[in-house]
Amino acid sequence: MKKPILVIPCSGIGKSFGSISRDATFRVCDELRPGKADTLCLSLLVMGDEEARRRVAGSTCIAVDGCTMECSGNNVERSGGKVAAHFRVMDILRENRGLRPRDVTFLDADGEKLSKILAEKITAKVDELWEAQP
Amino acid sequence: MKIKPKIGVVSCSGECCGLGTISRVATRLALEGSDETVTICLPLFLAGEEQEHSFAKEHPTIAVDGCGKHCAYKAIAKYSKEPAAGIDVEALLKEWGVEAPKGRRTLEGDGLKAAHRIAELLVVKIEEIQEVA
Repeated sequence: MKKPILVIPCSGIGKSFGSISRDATFRVCDELRPGKADTLCLSLLVMGDEEARRRVAGSTCIAVDGCTMECSGNNVERSGGKVAAHFRVMDILRENRGLRPRDVTFLDADGEKLSKILAEKITAKVDELWEAQP
Repeated sequence: MKIKPKIGVVSCSGECCGLGTISRVATRLALEGSDETVTICLPLFLAGEEQEHSFAKEHPTIAVDGCGKHCAYKAIAKYSKEPAAGIDVEALLKEWGVEAPKGRRTLEGDGLKAAHRIAELLVVKIEEIQEVA
């Protein structure tokens, strides 16, 4: 039986990039691919929660990071998970230089646009990884 | 002139449910326009080293947790020192008779109102701690 692909955002709180990682993840898990994609609390995983570690170790994971600290990717690996794909908001921003997200609490129009672009990319990867499952 | 001490606020931002979204939005709302409060990403705080942990060791810090697992509170207590205060969003919503929001991406209606109410509570706690400090 196929398992949902785990999409794990950093949810950084200091800059808009973390908000974009989070927003895009929820777009994928709740709106674009419910059932095929799911997420879990990164903090709970880093705290060493057994259930979270078990889920990560037994699932195909996609990390979504807002900044160069790469908290999601690094911590999924440290927790015994395998990062099958890694998305970085900074890369999406470089590909869309005209967009300048500023707001953190509630995404502004440019933040929303970047979130949609990122969500489409994650969705394509979710589909690919889902199909690759036995 | 009395110099107000800097206060740290660490929010859980839990991705499992809308309670994490409320904790995150409330924290951001409380911090907006304030030069005396700072925040740090909880995963970075948890995975970080001395530099990440030192602020909460040296300054009073408030934990804002979405659920009863209290990840933010436990993390500050473990890696820095006992938080100056803790806010449990799930417990507050229960106390106020407000349902947990269904959605996680955006907050609307009662969820958004609850985030503003918690932000106000957070500002009061920040001011109380500054007075004592």
